[in-house]
Parts: sequence; structure tokens; C-alpha cells
Amino acid sequence: MANVLVNAPKTAKKGQVVEVKALIMHVMETGYRPGTNGRIIPRNIIQDFSATWNGREIFRMKMSPAIAANPFVSFSAVASESGTIAFRWSGDEGFLAEHQVAITVT
Amino acid sequence: MTLRRPERSEAKSRDLFVRRQKTGPSAKLGATVGRRAFLAGAVTIVPFAAHATPEALAAVIKEVTGGAPLRDGKVTLDIPPLVENGNAVPLTVKVDSPMTADDHVKAIHVFNEKNPQPHVFNAWLSPANGQARIATRIKLADSQKVVAVAETSTGEFWSAHTDVIVTIAACIEDVT
Repeated sequence: MANVLVNAPKTAKKGQVVEVKALIMHVMETGYRPGTNGRIIPRNIIQDFSATWNGREIFRMKMSPAIAANPFVSFSAVASESGTIAFRWSGDEGFLAEHQVAITVT
Repeated sequence: MTLRRPERSEAKSRDLFVRRQKTGPSAKLGATVGRRAFLAGAVTIVPFAAHATPEALAAVIKEVTGGAPLRDGKVTLDIPPLVENGNAVPLTVKVDSPMTADDHVKAIHVFNEKNPQPHVFNAWLSPANGQARIATRIKLADSQKVVAVAETSTGEFWSAHTDVIVTIAACIEDVT
């Protein structure tokens, strides 16, 4: 299981714009580098990242090999209702990681 | 090929080289190509199998806009102009938009000119974001132009670009 680090406020006022940051450990191998044996290392990247707020998609991103290793993404969201923000990363070689954080909206 | 400096004197080694060139098995090659020309050829090996080019950049931007006019403005592309390490370059894209149901940024696309692929990322937004702002870290293989394109719900395309100088490029170096 991949190591995930998510930073989002635990509480927010209704209607407030909060910043959500998500970091995941991943090599993001580009598929353009030669390895020690001189052969190209096959591509192994995260292709898709998405975030949902209580099941409603709020952010989606398609990544390319040009995203740095251990992809970090930060975006904004309007605090609409209390619940969970769920994150999902998927990519090459059957990679799949999910994470959830709870947020209380007052 | 190792380019170790010979311990012999310059003149003597050149002498030896010439003699070897004339008598050795590579005499024929040496006669036609020449040492200097051969070395010059060796340095110009391209590190990538394929490069994105300014034309490829224009092509992918057109793919996104569908030929709609691309206007400068509204988009702020925040990226350091001088990058020491191309393996992780912080990048922030902000778009000036009210982010209401009628007028919001639908998507933000980032492209580059000289990485092996022109794509960096595509991100889709909605009024639920409240603010059109994305930050991430990217790889840059060379000093080049980075372009951000924002697509609004009203069908407009806005863009910003920055030229970045990279001193240590990403993905060229061996893993060794």
C-alpha cells in the first residue's frame, strides 16, 4: 500500500474555500530512462487522480510522465457539507490507492 | 569509449595514434572518418528517442481548443524562471474566474515544449472548487517554454506561458 499524505482542514465554515493538498509516494518512472543494463525502464506512472466530496466529484486530473516523482497536488474546494473527502489514484501496473479524510462543516 | 588522458607526451601519443591508425584494423575507418569527426559524432547522441517540439506543442493545444482562439490573460502561471533541478519543479496555475455555475473554469491544461511528451497534466474543475487554482510539481527535461491553457464554461480559452531555464535536467541522467 502506498504511502499517502493528505492535508485538509478538519473543520470549515459553510461556503468557505478550503485548500486540499494530497501527496502520494510513487516513482513516476517516465519510460524514457535507461536503467543499469542500458535498457529503457518501462513506464510506471499514476495516470488518474480524483477527489470526491461525499461521493460528488470535485476534482479530477490526468497525469503524464512529466509529473514529478511522489506526485503532489493542491486544489481548492468549497466547504459544502460535513462528510468525507475521498481521494483515488490509479495508474500503470494496476496501481490503485485510496484515502479518505473527514471534514466538519459548520 | 574512455577518454583517459594518456601519460605519454602529447607529440608521442599523437605519433603512436597515427601509426596505429595506419597499421591497425581500424586503418580503413580512420582514413575515411577521421578522429575528430568521429568524436564530434559521438557527442551529438540525442538523449531521447523522441522530443516534443514547438510544432507538437501547437498541435496538442489545438487538440484542446479545437481551433478556438486562444487569448493571453486571466491565467497566472507561477513557476520559477531558473530551476536548479528539473526533476521537481513547483508549478501553480491560477485562473481569474468567479467560479459560478454560469461562469467557471472547466479545465486547466499544462503543456511543455521539449520534454519527450508535450502533455504535463489536464485537470477538470467545477464551481465546487470555489477558486481555479492548482499546484503540483513537474519534471522538465530542458530549458523550455511551459504553457497553461484554461477552458471556461463560456467556451473561451485563456493561456499563459513562461520560459524556464533548467540547469539539471530530468530523465536524461542514468539511474546508475
